[in-house]
Amino acid sequence: MTPTRKKRLLAVVLILIGVGIASAIFLTAFKENILFYKSPSEIASGDYPKARNFRVGGMVKKGSIIKSTSSLEVKFMVTDYGKDIEIHYTGLLPDLFRDDQGVIAIGKLADSGVFMAEEILAKHDENYMPPEVAASLKDKKDYK
Amino acid sequence: MLAEIGQFTLAFSMVVSLLLTLIPLYGYYTKNDSLMLTARPLAYLQVIFMLTSFLILVALFVIQDFSVTYVWRNSNSVLPIRYRVSATWGAHEGSMLLWITIQAVWTAMVAYFSKSLKQAQIARVLSVLGIISLGFATFVFFMSNPFLRTIPMPMDGNDLNPLLQDIGLIFHPPILYMGYVGLSVPFAISIAALIGGNINETWIRWSRPWTNAAWAFLTLGIVLGSWWAYYELGWGGWWFWDPVENASFLPWLAAIALIHVQAVSERRNAFRGWTVLLAIIAFSLSVLGTFLVRSGILTSVHAFAADPTRGVFVLILLAIYAGGALFLYGLRANKLRSVGGFQLSSRETLLLANSIIFITACFMVLLGTLFPLIFESMGKKISIGPPYFGTMFFTMMVPMVVLLPLGVFYKWQKDDINRVLSQLLMPLIIATALTIASWFYFDKLNIKATLGLFAAYWVFIAAVTFIKQSKKLTRGLWGMQIAHIGVAFYLFGVSMTEHTDFEIDALMHPGEIKVVKAYSVEFKGVKKEKIENYDAFVGHFVVSEGNSQVAEMNPQKRIYPRRGNPMTEAAIDAGFTRDIYISLGEQINNQGGWAVRIYIKPFIRWMWGGGILMMLGAFFASTDRRYFRHAKKLKQQNIEAYLHS
Amino acid sequence: MNKTIIKALIPLAIFLLLVVLLYNGLGKNTRLLPSALIGKSIPKFSLPSLMTDKNISNKTLNGHMYLLNVWASWCPNCRIEHPMITEFARQNIIPVYGLNYKDTDAEAKRWLQQFGNPYNDILVDIDGLVGIDFGVYGAPETFLIDAKGIIRHKIVGELNPQNLKNEILPMIDKYK
Repeated sequence: MTPTRKKRLLAVVLILIGVGIASAIFLTAFKENILFYKSPSEIASGDYPKARNFRVGGMVKKGSIIKSTSSLEVKFMVTDYGKDIEIHYTGLLPDLFRDDQGVIAIGKLADSGVFMAEEILAKHDENYMPPEVAASLKDKKDYK
Repeated sequence: MLAEIGQFTLAFSMVVSLLLTLIPLYGYYTKNDSLMLTARPLAYLQVIFMLTSFLILVALFVIQDFSVTYVWRNSNSVLPIRYRVSATWGAHEGSMLLWITIQAVWTAMVAYFSKSLKQAQIARVLSVLGIISLGFATFVFFMSNPFLRTIPMPMDGNDLNPLLQDIGLIFHPPILYMGYVGLSVPFAISIAALIGGNINETWIRWSRPWTNAAWAFLTLGIVLGSWWAYYELGWGGWWFWDPVENASFLPWLAAIALIHVQAVSERRNAFRGWTVLLAIIAFSLSVLGTFLVRSGILTSVHAFAADPTRGVFVLILLAIYAGGALFLYGLRANKLRSVGGFQLSSRETLLLANSIIFITACFMVLLGTLFPLIFESMGKKISIGPPYFGTMFFTMMVPMVVLLPLGVFYKWQKDDINRVLSQLLMPLIIATALTIASWFYFDKLNIKATLGLFAAYWVFIAAVTFIKQSKKLTRGLWGMQIAHIGVAFYLFGVSMTEHTDFEIDALMHPGEIKVVKAYSVEFKGVKKEKIENYDAFVGHFVVSEGNSQVAEMNPQKRIYPRRGNPMTEAAIDAGFTRDIYISLGEQINNQGGWAVRIYIKPFIRWMWGGGILMMLGAFFASTDRRYFRHAKKLKQQNIEAYLHS
Repeated sequence: MNKTIIKALIPLAIFLLLVVLLYNGLGKNTRLLPSALIGKSIPKFSLPSLMTDKNISNKTLNGHMYLLNVWASWCPNCRIEHPMITEFARQNIIPVYGLNYKDTDAEAKRWLQQFGNPYNDILVDIDGLVGIDFGVYGAPETFLIDAKGIIRHKIVGELNPQNLKNEILPMIDKYK
């Protein structure tokens, strides 16, 4: 082989190894961190990832927020106007968390059917609704 | 009346961009010197109109002309004057106007600092910049015009989003845009060179300081954004891998690859095609970022109001600029073949590796950002958790920092690996020793933090060794070392912050003390106060270490009356080796109990300090003599050629 | 075309794929949701009036065609479309009713005082529940409702000369 060829071959091999490692990392990182979004109705019909985190979204049901007065525990219902789901969370809530506000919770569904949230997201703008939530609410209306 | 003048100057500037696009380029093709000579005056005219238009919008905010819809929507009569000014770019329309104003400023600077270029060259560069200005100015004028009026005139404005009423917002967007838009300069230079069909070292040498400057602005903009998110969002995080953040990160990564490849292609006839391609990619990612932020296509914490029509327009611009550039690149591929040879064991190889690593990282961030879209087109709704980006980025950066000092010490063309390793032996030993010492000192760090610290020491000591060894360093080399030391500081800060930070969420009653690491935090209570244009619940905390008081801290929960929404304002006690960060949740019970979040963030400032050093390094390198010496020589040649003709 | 050129066009191909993906995504998240309620009767409701102390129910409004405009004092775009609404009401084509959405009475009244009140009457939906039944996604929205109480058309966002001329007016002629 000529030196140029040899060099080129080496470069190709190096790039292939690099791409290989990169895709392996990518796939593992990706598989572990993909978060599915599910609406309360989908969860009620059993369509949700078991034993791993996912996102649930909808509106906070009016009057459903129960805050503990002795700890940071909060319980509330999230609804898509079809089905509701109970969510438990301990910690500081986002500023715009309140009744009739679109929220997204990240966590796992416990065997009891309660969603144990690790994180609660609400938007910073009162006119905003997370697109996923808007879409699933819209789906519900279509079936009404 | 003022708004109409603003409107007119905007329109004039748009027309000037059109002329700038057409006349010099036509002059180039017809070899008509007097037509090409119009390029510079047109560039100056464009910036005058643009700046006038922009300053008029600022003035409209200052005098509070609420008949202008944009002013009315984003400010009100009680807004303090500093935020009235920054409200100019607080929402979509105004920030786009700022964008095209900055574009005009860069264009004018290119016109001014290009005395060394031949007429035919500068005519093409300015024409390409003219096309870019034209596209965005059309977008602003027809789809996001900030000068439109509401009739009848409202009494009072609506208010600026409270999150944006902040010092960080005054500076973050203009500087970030300086970076985004600045990348259009190497882009325009590459396209101009492609049009001419000849990429020589003059082109590349000439585009280097511009690339450096744009990247430096981008770096500073990102640092400011990260710092702003840290103290303003109240979550103690400094980077969220949010689509909007990624939008600024993507061109930043591509520009790093570009800067390093330019170092090769300036001196040696190698990687010319790759340089051009990277310049195209870097600017295209800037435009892509604009698209992602403005179209509402992705869910984000701080996206602008969603508007699909605007999205389509920006997408068309992206398709024209990037698509056109890539097409031209394809056509000219034959002329971009490199001829200069180099050995595998050389600095060229390492710099090539650098660019491949950064472009791969860039591609992975892009994939992570766009994956939700791909899934959505298959009917599934997903999001990608930040750990994806974290893991991926960490792994990509491992080979990068290992190889970094080698790249600095390697010689061009051909070098002996044993020579390089023998030079780096001492740095390696010292870095290892320091890592072991740190591991004990900081009480058993985890593996990632340990690796991070090792990388920081390794890069730092190698850079210092290089400075000590060299007898005389050019500004370019100084800039490089400063930027690399910045990398070391960043690595140190990020490893410590991410892996040894401490956080508690707690319910606290007045008089209660929480022990957080070495500190004890006493909660004194909450008072209600009226400040400027908002009401606030102000918490009072006393932090002490041992028996001595460290800080009194007052986190707030603000209520802005116009919008009626609460907002968390964290209190931060900044320090050289740690930040103490307290944010106030909400009242839990009638006994004065409040939800409180306390963080200890070790060495977080080092991270931003590292970013600042990288920026300084890049600026410093762009003032290297050789760019000016070369410019002088060329000017001389031009004069001689003129005299002899 | 030779090999080099073909290879050099690979980035362009990748980029075009990206553009297709982005264009596809654009339509998906649009805020302009079609209403499932078009062609169906308005939901049952009984709401207080902002101006009088009577209650207004869905039946009260039946018998003639009207426009129902969802607005609030906190909503910037409502102020932008307000001159349009005023002009339309002045032409007396059909009556215009307002649905004051998630607002306070005091703020709403102050707003009307400032900008004028083009509405025949205003329904007060403080908690937004009737709005939800109407499928209101945000203010402003405007519904065209015929004499039988059937929703004939819906505009999401501001009413403007274009959608008035191209959508509302033809629909009024069609269902009158």
